[in-house]
Amino acid sequence: MKAVLDQSREYAATKKKNKFLHNIKRDAWLYLLLLMPFAYILIFKYAPIYGVIMAFQDYNIFAGIKGSEWVGLDVFQFIFQQDSFYRALKNTLALNVYDLIAGFPAPIILAILLNEVRMAKFKKITQTVLYLPHFLSWVIIGGMVYLMFSNSGMVNTFLASLGLDKIEFLSQKIPWLVTYISVGVWQHIGWGTIIYLAAMTGINKELYEASDIDGCSRFRQIWHITLPGIKSTINILLILQIGRMVSIGFDRPFVMGNSLVSEYSDVISTFVYRVGISSGDFSQATAVGLFQSVIGLILLLAANYIAKKLGEDGIW
Amino acid sequence: MVSMAGSMGKRKKMSLADILIIVFIVALSFTCIVPFLYMIALSLSSNEAIISQKVGLWPVGFTLETYKTILSDVEMLYSLGYSIVLTIMYTAVCMFLTICGAYPLTKKRLMGRSFILSALVFTMYFSGGLIPSYMLVKNLGMMNTVWSLVLPGAMSVFNLIILKTFFTNLPESLEESAAIDGCSDLGILIKIVLPLSLPSIATLSLFYAVDRWNGFQDALFYITDKNLYPLQLKLYQIISANQQLDSQQGGEGSVGAFIVPESLKAASVMFTTIPILLIYPKLQKYFVDGVMTGAIKG
Repeated sequence: MKAVLDQSREYAATKKKNKFLHNIKRDAWLYLLLLMPFAYILIFKYAPIYGVIMAFQDYNIFAGIKGSEWVGLDVFQFIFQQDSFYRALKNTLALNVYDLIAGFPAPIILAILLNEVRMAKFKKITQTVLYLPHFLSWVIIGGMVYLMFSNSGMVNTFLASLGLDKIEFLSQKIPWLVTYISVGVWQHIGWGTIIYLAAMTGINKELYEASDIDGCSRFRQIWHITLPGIKSTINILLILQIGRMVSIGFDRPFVMGNSLVSEYSDVISTFVYRVGISSGDFSQATAVGLFQSVIGLILLLAANYIAKKLGEDGIW
Repeated sequence: MVSMAGSMGKRKKMSLADILIIVFIVALSFTCIVPFLYMIALSLSSNEAIISQKVGLWPVGFTLETYKTILSDVEMLYSLGYSIVLTIMYTAVCMFLTICGAYPLTKKRLMGRSFILSALVFTMYFSGGLIPSYMLVKNLGMMNTVWSLVLPGAMSVFNLIILKTFFTNLPESLEESAAIDGCSDLGILIKIVLPLSLPSIATLSLFYAVDRWNGFQDALFYITDKNLYPLQLKLYQIISANQQLDSQQGGEGSVGAFIVPESLKAASVMFTTIPILLIYPKLQKYFVDGVMTGAIKG
């Protein structure tokens, strides 16, 4: 009896194994196709994740990860005592919060306004123009900003011609912040409308018609039909943006900042660049990067969780 | 219903609100055009006129000197050519990897599919950070080579998922009948799936190409050899040349050691922007379609 059972187990196991081999063989081409992208991900995405070990070592470039001395959390302790780290963290949060306040509603408002325009040709032409800044690199935008807003640039020349005082847009705190944030809004406002306009095309036209018959004002139509229609899109984008609160791109602050405003423009990405690549302190820079990645992931998960608790769609 | 929609279009003539909306949109559009007009005006003006702040949106003391300087600057022309080659290489590598990754993952029967997908998606939300990537490029001996600008960013998981969605939405019956005819998975991909997805492949290629063309950070990190400067890095060097001197706090080593006139900076900005402007009308349409598809999926 036992022998028979064993035999049948063995049979089942080989059958399973055969099925496994059969599946692999059947999909051989697919696995072969996947080989390159998978290798790519392993080498260029997961190997750097392994590289964060440097944050727990006194990394020596000649000894490498294997030969460097382990120091536990010393590196973190060290950076958490640095004023320059707190400054970078504070600036990152501040610039992101300003971007969220000014930059998040802007495309929504513009999309609603564009949606109200009934002249198709006018709409098409202005949209084409408004999307343009999205296609410019930050180096180009930074160059334009510098030439336009410097003390001898167009904007200050114009202010002077009106008899107004010059504004030091690029070297004083508040004017610089306003410039930085406005340029960000300007760059993104047009492009950001696309996703909302796409969501608006999904709203049932009959709702507008019915409310027209009821004599509903345009503002009320926007409030009660358009906005609820794009609510889930707004939520998803908001979750993503909140999840990115501690991470900040490199190009924009690097190109728009200068040493006169570094007190406000030095953010985590530029800090990591300066400490890691310019000064060669890899352990510290890696630790700051890891800190940013982990907090970013936590924020994203939290925002997603809260959105779901509130009965909204999350991002997954 | 049709007449209803028609009457809605003509509903109420232009109200005050309509006019305000149009004025606002026109004004905003102007802010996207004015910087270019100013750059053109600066680049065509004499330095004296610029220094005495006479230049507005129209050139003063018209001269083509700056463009002559740029077009006779071998380094600049070289950077332009290099950026074009780099962009083409990068786009080709990216599309190859993206297609190879996206197609197998559309097959639900594939063992390990969800594991691979999660492994991909995870990298969208968590990364090792700048320095480990930098060390990797360094250890692979890719510093100051074209590969440092091609490989580390050579496949966006986001784009892969967009392409996977495109593929999934293709009619299944075509693939099935090809399979019955004895076509292999690779054959189906090449003979049926790819020809049907040309528009989406074009869109994604443009996503990659624009990213590479505008990319700056990696070039700043990985390229120190002047002969390998892509256009954006070259432009950055020109723009920031005497910015430091301008704000009176000394130069930073080589940068700031020489003075570049504003007109030349403006001309360099235009020189870098013109390739984008030339293909922009076509580019824009493909991009919008791509984002729409991504949005509907999202």
